[in-house]
Amino acid sequence: MAAGATADVERVFREQYGRAVAVLVRVLGDVDTAEEAVQEAFLTAVRRWPVDGVPPSPVGWIVTTARNRAVDRWRRESTRDARHAEAARLHAALQPVDPVPEDDPAVPDDRLRLIFTCCHPALALPAQVALTLRLLGGLTTAEIAHAFLVPEATMAQRLVRAKAKIRDARIPYRVPAEADLPERLRAVLAVVYLVFTEGHTASSGDRPVRDDLAHEAIRLGRLLAGLVPAEPEVTGLLALMLLTEARRPARVGPDGDLVPLAEQDRSRWDRALVAEGQELVRRCLRRGRPGPYQVQAAISAVHADAATAAGTDWQQILVLYDQLLALAPSPVVAVNRAVAVAEVLGPAAGLAALDGVDLPRHSLLPAVRADLLRRLGRATEAAAAYEAAAALSGNATERAFLLRRQAEALSPSGAAGA
Amino acid sequence: MPQYLLNLIQPVGEVPPPEQLDPIVRDVTAVSEEMRAAGVWVFAAGLHQPEASTVVRPRGDDVLVTDGPYAEGKEFVGGFTLIRVDDLDAALDWGRRLARASTLPVEVRPVADAAL
Repeated sequence: MAAGATADVERVFREQYGRAVAVLVRVLGDVDTAEEAVQEAFLTAVRRWPVDGVPPSPVGWIVTTARNRAVDRWRRESTRDARHAEAARLHAALQPVDPVPEDDPAVPDDRLRLIFTCCHPALALPAQVALTLRLLGGLTTAEIAHAFLVPEATMAQRLVRAKAKIRDARIPYRVPAEADLPERLRAVLAVVYLVFTEGHTASSGDRPVRDDLAHEAIRLGRLLAGLVPAEPEVTGLLALMLLTEARRPARVGPDGDLVPLAEQDRSRWDRALVAEGQELVRRCLRRGRPGPYQVQAAISAVHADAATAAGTDWQQILVLYDQLLALAPSPVVAVNRAVAVAEVLGPAAGLAALDGVDLPRHSLLPAVRADLLRRLGRATEAAAAYEAAAALSGNATERAFLLRRQAEALSPSGAAGA
Repeated sequence: MPQYLLNLIQPVGEVPPPEQLDPIVRDVTAVSEEMRAAGVWVFAAGLHQPEASTVVRPRGDDVLVTDGPYAEGKEFVGGFTLIRVDDLDAALDWGRRLARASTLPVEVRPVADAAL
């Protein structure tokens, strides 16, 4: 019974922390105060719910309790030196809090305001990421620091500074006007995708924390897709994350080695995630407003369509990469397009497509070049490229894979081995 | 209402010739007029080159006067405008207009305590 109630508090915390903070920021007008009040309310819940039972609207209870705590504190602190501003804030905070509907799409969600504040371009990208995970995801400072391999004190300072800037520079707490929405939404999507890729590709760090990041990004993606259903890029990003996540069970071998897409055991892909992702891709592409996330999701969907690597419709993938290169030109896209060119027209054409691509300090370009050289039988050059790629990789699993390939290229039997 | 200082960040070096500078001055003046019309303009000034500045600093009981600028750099604050608006987004909106008109970076700084 008591254990059940504690589990309920944990579940409500995970699912509703961001929502409660978002409502309280609006009511109390300050991020720090809102955060403290919500945390206090959850501590109270840990004490009370096992005794009193879980309230009918847990998030409503948290919001009301948090609001009352904040008001009590203001009353205590402002008695001796009551200032007009405090009095005005108190008055505003004492207005009845709107009921918090469990899930009513007709009511504008405060979380949308909060995410636009967290991802405001006036904040540096690392601060945007940290704030989003802290305020909307409810991750602790220690968890975020751990995930991004930053000392906890550094992350704490980053969050303190970001919150101070929101307060001092008066970064507004609202959904941007129609005219600014596409640009501001791009920044939000970039933060969510960065959280996901950090969790998925794991440039460094250990696995369990990384999995949490990917799950958190997907949760934020689902939230945004629900809050901004009219923007196909939001749906596209969610589809891309789901289709990438679907491959996770097949991405790492039993000994922890990275398994490249072509060699993955496709029966281990999560079919439910694939089906959901593909349905979302179809839905957003029907709107006829393609964007970079939608096209990347479409590429993933084509891969997911193939029962075997050999059955991949590379012609279709090449068409999509051409479209992606036109929509969002970048060296990484150019390298991935060269991979598709190699599949359609052969490794020599793929190698030629890499000419002029400039992507320094990144393992992707030498890794792809190495693979194409290997397929062309240019073993010595391939080995050198694998070595260069391994030297640039920050991920132990990927580095091991590249070094294994390097050794294979140099061994007399060629591509034999694991 | 919050105030923001919009600093025009100017590169050190030759001042552009009149045929280049005149249209810029005209555009900046136009933005300034828009600010007044919108009721957000508080104060503005253009500054002389940094070599014209003098630094006065406390030294023990004394005050030391030296040739400026305070900090040598590749850029300096060449002018500023103080505006009064609702929030950072509104300040950034004016900052964008000023940057476009002046062709210079604009630093948008919130005023901590306006004695006005």
